[in-house]
Amino acid sequence: MRMCLAVPGKVTEIKGKTAIVEIMGVLREASLELLEDVKVGDYVILHAGCAIEKLDEAEALKTIELFKELKDIYHE
Amino acid sequence: MNNYLDPYRDTGLLHLWAERLQKYQGKPLKLMEVCGTHTMAIARYGIRTLLPERIRLVSGPGCPVCVTPSYYINSAVALARRPETIVATFGDLMRIPGDEGSLLEAKSLGADIRVLYSPLDALKIARDNPERQVVLLSVGFETTTPIFALAIDKASQEGLNNFTVLSANKTMPEVLKVLAGDPTVGIDGYLYPGHVSAIIGTRFYEELAEKYGVPGVVAGFEPLDILTAVAALSEICNEGRHTVRNLYTRVVKPEGNPRAVQAMERVFEPADAVWRGIGRISGSGLAIREEYARYDAWKVFDLQIGEYSEPEGCRCGEILKGTKSPGDCPLFGTRCVPENPVGACMVSSEGTCAAHYKYGGIR
Ligand code: SF4
Repeated sequence: MRMCLAVPGKVTEIKGKTAIVEIMGVLREASLELLEDVKVGDYVILHAGCAIEKLDEAEALKTIELFKELKDIYHE
Repeated sequence: MNNYLDPYRDTGLLHLWAERLQKYQGKPLKLMEVCGTHTMAIARYGIRTLLPERIRLVSGPGCPVCVTPSYYINSAVALARRPETIVATFGDLMRIPGDEGSLLEAKSLGADIRVLYSPLDALKIARDNPERQVVLLSVGFETTTPIFALAIDKASQEGLNNFTVLSANKTMPEVLKVLAGDPTVGIDGYLYPGHVSAIIGTRFYEELAEKYGVPGVVAGFEPLDILTAVAALSEICNEGRHTVRNLYTRVVKPEGNPRAVQAMERVFEPADAVWRGIGRISGSGLAIREEYARYDAWKVFDLQIGEYSEPEGCRCGEILKGTKSPGDCPLFGTRCVPENPVGACMVSSEGTCAAHYKYGGIR
């Protein structure tokens, strides 16, 4: 396991300060101590046994739209 | 999850963006990424082959293993050789050559070295082995350091007394300033690391853009993330705008992750640090605060920070500054290969030389 690897996964279960996160079908334990308000069903970025940030689905969709709009990426 | 990533890898769109970039007619640009995961992704997806001649994308000091000086490895090897210690580490550090060999060699000679997935796992090793001293090797940037901080904080709350941390953690801001202000490096724009930014936020980048005139774009790690970020950054640079754009908004907020920053600041304080290949930069590293001194392996084992030297002939320093490419090093692919690395850039799979060796590098 490379130390810098950080990957998105879906929270399937929460027990206290620990979550079970599904990454490409594989379940991993992750500490939730660096985040607030994580819920089952949220996507998080998992790094070295910790969830380090939540993934914002609305922003994810916006980015995908941006990919499709070749011109808009240049200016806000 | 495959579905989730597909839109970020859409080949049709990648070709459209590449075509668009190929038409770039602006001034020649040197863009720098500073993240090992970007280095790998750029090499793996062949991003450089999609860029026009005028846009050079270079890899800066973004791999924490690559910038860790050899004296750190020497200290880790010395600790591993003590019969009472168990050294716990990420696998990436195992093969870095030190003056007295690597950790892997120490292990083959009987040292008790355990490779971890998470720094938090080291606490369990300490609990399970009360008669031994567990030393956790701690290198990394802002993405990883809060997790080491968490481990130290938990050890302190539990009152573990057979657990210490050998830290060489580094932070991005000062080195980014040094490189931005160095005319021999000549960076036009930064491609900012998505997961460091997830922790520290984007405000510092604004400062860099204003004071140093180096704009930047925060980028994710999928091929379309990177290509669109390069496109946006090229345009910003060409127009001479000193701005910062965040294109990884699904993860990065302007304020970052305050909770992770707090965890880091509770345990660590700014310190000078030596960057392999670049040298000493004041305030560019982190040291364990006095309140947590009993968890600081440097102090507990009274280790001396040694001189730092580079392996003869290795060009890592220039490569980490983006002034040379791996192909410019006479040892690349001959004496220096991933199985038998000479310099640090070849050791970690995220190192520039290793990524070029594995996937082939262009320019
Ligand atoms: S090829 Fe090896 S010796 Fe040459 S710069 Fe890269 S790591 Fe150093």
